[in-house]
Amino acid sequence: MPRPHGGKLINRSLKASEKEKIIDLAKELPQIELRYDLVNDVENIANGVFSPLEGFFNQNDLESCLLEKRISNDIPWTIPIILDVSEDASNKIQEDDEIILRDNKGLLAVMRVEEKYNYDKQKLAQHVFSTTDTNHPGVARVFTLGDTFIGGNIELVNETTRNYENYNLKPIETRILFKEKGWRTVVAFQTRNPPHIGHEYVQKTALTFVDGILIQPVVGRKKIGDFRDDIILASYEELMKHYYLKERAVMSILNFDMRYAGPREAIFHAIVRKNFGCSHIIIGRDHAGVGNYYDPYAAQDIFEEFPDLGIFPIFFKSFFYCKRCGGVANEKTCPHSETDHISFSGTEIRKLICDKELPSEEIMRPEVAKLIICEENPFVSE
Amino acid sequence: MEKEKELEKMAEKADEEKKRKKFTTVSIPTPLFHKVEERIKDTGFTSVSSYVTYVLREIVAEGEKEEEEHPFSDEDEERVKERLRRLGYLE
Repeated sequence: MPRPHGGKLINRSLKASEKEKIIDLAKELPQIELRYDLVNDVENIANGVFSPLEGFFNQNDLESCLLEKRISNDIPWTIPIILDVSEDASNKIQEDDEIILRDNKGLLAVMRVEEKYNYDKQKLAQHVFSTTDTNHPGVARVFTLGDTFIGGNIELVNETTRNYENYNLKPIETRILFKEKGWRTVVAFQTRNPPHIGHEYVQKTALTFVDGILIQPVVGRKKIGDFRDDIILASYEELMKHYYLKERAVMSILNFDMRYAGPREAIFHAIVRKNFGCSHIIIGRDHAGVGNYYDPYAAQDIFEEFPDLGIFPIFFKSFFYCKRCGGVANEKTCPHSETDHISFSGTEIRKLICDKELPSEEIMRPEVAKLIICEENPFVSE
Repeated sequence: MEKEKELEKMAEKADEEKKRKKFTTVSIPTPLFHKVEERIKDTGFTSVSSYVTYVLREIVAEGEKEEEEHPFSDEDEERVKERLRRLGYLE
């Protein structure tokens, strides 16, 4: 099993006795209520998902991440983890202050403000997304951020309450789970969709070479028209129940808002999975991309820049079902013409589901397809 | 338009300056330098420095790969196993 990124699994959760002190102090400290994506970031820092980060980026780490794709101590890191605040909130905070971070239910974490700084959002977007086009959802999000960023370490006081608690495993838990299962090598598969036959093929092909697979749906803010989180989880439960060995496959979620940063995000996803104890990660065509902003294989090519990542990517080209081969194939394995191919187009699958038509068995397992189609609206509607 | 370009150039220059400040010099024998220069021709490496940095990062990372024998305390491990059993991940 690989070491956590940076060598040590970070744990920034306060012990019970320390929590009491902070709870007593909290009323006297400046307080900031965080958006849901920042709540996720706080917990991911505290639970070691973002190891070796112990807090939000200071300006030095931000610049290093943008220019070098590494934090300031030379460890690979490609997506900025920044805490932005409004002008109002910023005015209440001084450097060296301890502040309270809250979610909409109460006290979440305490933070020591190391630095308050401003950053050119245009430049930030250009570096992370290679574009400043506000039609790109990640860029649009950058331009909605508050104008001041605050950097500093955090300590988690209370975990927020979440849906899907049964599937919410921390890195320490997946690491112990893999050890107990005797898995030395584990491949991670990230997903935002219910599984079709192409996904299953990719997962099982990768699984052939390692001891186990961690299927990790990303749970977080989604776009209208995306599949609902509960549908994704239920469809994977169904698939795993009928078509996977229980001793070879596990599922847990990742609470994280996609940035859609294509190649940079692919590296980030790999780092996160390394922290969960995975030795390999599946990187498909246009991983973490959106629209036509990235070359379809840029998310694979970028791995060449990181000889010290500590997790191995397994690259896949796009797949199709070939009627003549009688199975899933790709351009490297199938000699037949396109007329024999059935594509796993997400748009087409979505259309069939909207029309309440079952996708064929070449495209989707019937158990999965029936589960989805039985739902009145399996998509995010608001 | 020209002013925009000028600003862009200034920003690029500032980025380069910041980059430069984060680097230091290491000496290698001149013949080795030339050999490396030859080797990186027609590769993605743009300089001997970038190649040497790549190789060193690879070597340093190699020594850090495997997880230590007992990374968690017995207490933590028992607590986690209990939760994993409760959730059905472990028998």
